[in-house]
Amino acid sequence: MPAGIVSYGAYIPRYRIRAEEIARVWGEREDMARSLNVFQKSVPDLDEDAVTIAVEASRNAVKRASVDPARIGAIYAGSESHPYAVKPTATIVGEAIGVDHQLTAADFEFACKAGTAAVQACLGLVSANLIDLGLAIGTDTSQGAPGDALEYTAAAGGAAFIIGREDLAAEIEGFYSFTTDTPDFWRREGMAYPEHGGRFTGEPGYFKHVTSATLGLLAKMKTGPEDYDYAVFHQPNGKFPERVAKRLGFSRDQIEPGLVVPWIGNTYSGSSLIGLAATLDVASPGERILLASFGSGAGSDAFSIRVRDAIDEIRDRAPKVRDYFEDVVYLDYAVYAKHKGKLRL
Amino acid sequence: MSTVPRFWRHIPQRYNLVGTHCKNCDEYYFPPRTICPTCRRAARMEDHKFRGEGEVVTFTTIYNATDDFKRQTPYNLAIIELSEGPRLTGQVICSPSEIEIGMRVRPVFRILGKDGDRGIIYYGTKFVPAGGPI
Ligand SMILES: [Zn+2]
Repeated sequence: MPAGIVSYGAYIPRYRIRAEEIARVWGEREDMARSLNVFQKSVPDLDEDAVTIAVEASRNAVKRASVDPARIGAIYAGSESHPYAVKPTATIVGEAIGVDHQLTAADFEFACKAGTAAVQACLGLVSANLIDLGLAIGTDTSQGAPGDALEYTAAAGGAAFIIGREDLAAEIEGFYSFTTDTPDFWRREGMAYPEHGGRFTGEPGYFKHVTSATLGLLAKMKTGPEDYDYAVFHQPNGKFPERVAKRLGFSRDQIEPGLVVPWIGNTYSGSSLIGLAATLDVASPGERILLASFGSGAGSDAFSIRVRDAIDEIRDRAPKVRDYFEDVVYLDYAVYAKHKGKLRL
Repeated sequence: MSTVPRFWRHIPQRYNLVGTHCKNCDEYYFPPRTICPTCRRAARMEDHKFRGEGEVVTFTTIYNATDDFKRQTPYNLAIIELSEGPRLTGQVICSPSEIEIGMRVRPVFRILGKDGDRGIIYYGTKFVPAGGPI
């Protein structure tokens, strides 16, 4: 029986800082905005974290398809910035969206791809008829150490997907994952900021995994890039998805609707899922979307998705991703540092 | 630590503005009441989840706060009249120059406070101006 996306919702905090403002403070001479293709990034408010972002995105998903929260039998919340070390994000989200308490819940972690892993877990339970609906979330308020290259991109945002068997807005036709033990990026317990292998970890990390998962999916589905109307690749910056798309034979037009990183930065677990939400915001029934996430450590989940008629009915009932690009408030570095609690220099 | 059970009991009203409604006189209550002061024994109470949309009745802007809230100053504290009638106190997230009496607001889910570095994080409802692009 086919399964897939019944509804979806996204959330991006209102604050932004421009790359040029960060570069000004650190005396960076290189045009970081241009070299990363990230002109600004989102910054959470002082009272926002991965939980509040997950709640706002999930409420948008519930609202978009008027889903009865009592039908949700599983909540999996993917993040690398869960506010508690012990105490699940997923339970707070459940209570905040008003679920019945007969459900299973857990938090997932896999750098930037915990959200797509949550989608897969929900898909399994739904396809096996073990639950009616599952809620999969990717949410993060990511941190880069002051002055580190990651500071130009580490942002905040999230997306939530309700997975089910009936009234599908988009069918998930299949997925293919590729996973290896690759130490390209990590953060030890109790440390405020992540460590990474430097600027040149792209090839053995991002490119190897995204390429392998995508090629594996295309072979499994017996499809080629030309069979998809849209493609969404994980967006740690604006250059990597452009480069991987080109290598795999996808065009600029295919990735454009889902390429949100130049305006909001890398939302980690939210990144590829916000890209998918932005693509569903514009896709028509019958069109196909290829989605490939990436998580350092490392792995990639690639999905083949076909949009259904129901998309036209539900699309306008909740805020779209690009609605969050309007009415933003720009911060200078001093206020930004306060927002991030960034006093550990 | 003694505040944890108290917060716990209030989760439905803090997260989702769950109050009560008297079916006898059609009055709404927030925070929830177990008896209707008008109808007393004739009261027929039910839980009611408020939509959270309302209007600023009056407000004050806090510039000096205790340690827990210092990082957030200045912030706006307002009395909000919900569409269903009851009034409650809540934080309105916008610049002090933007808030005004009669302004329409909608609810958002935010951190209300933290019990130091080791304690619980209190989540709940705050308000933002309604009618923006979202
Ligand atoms: Zn009454």
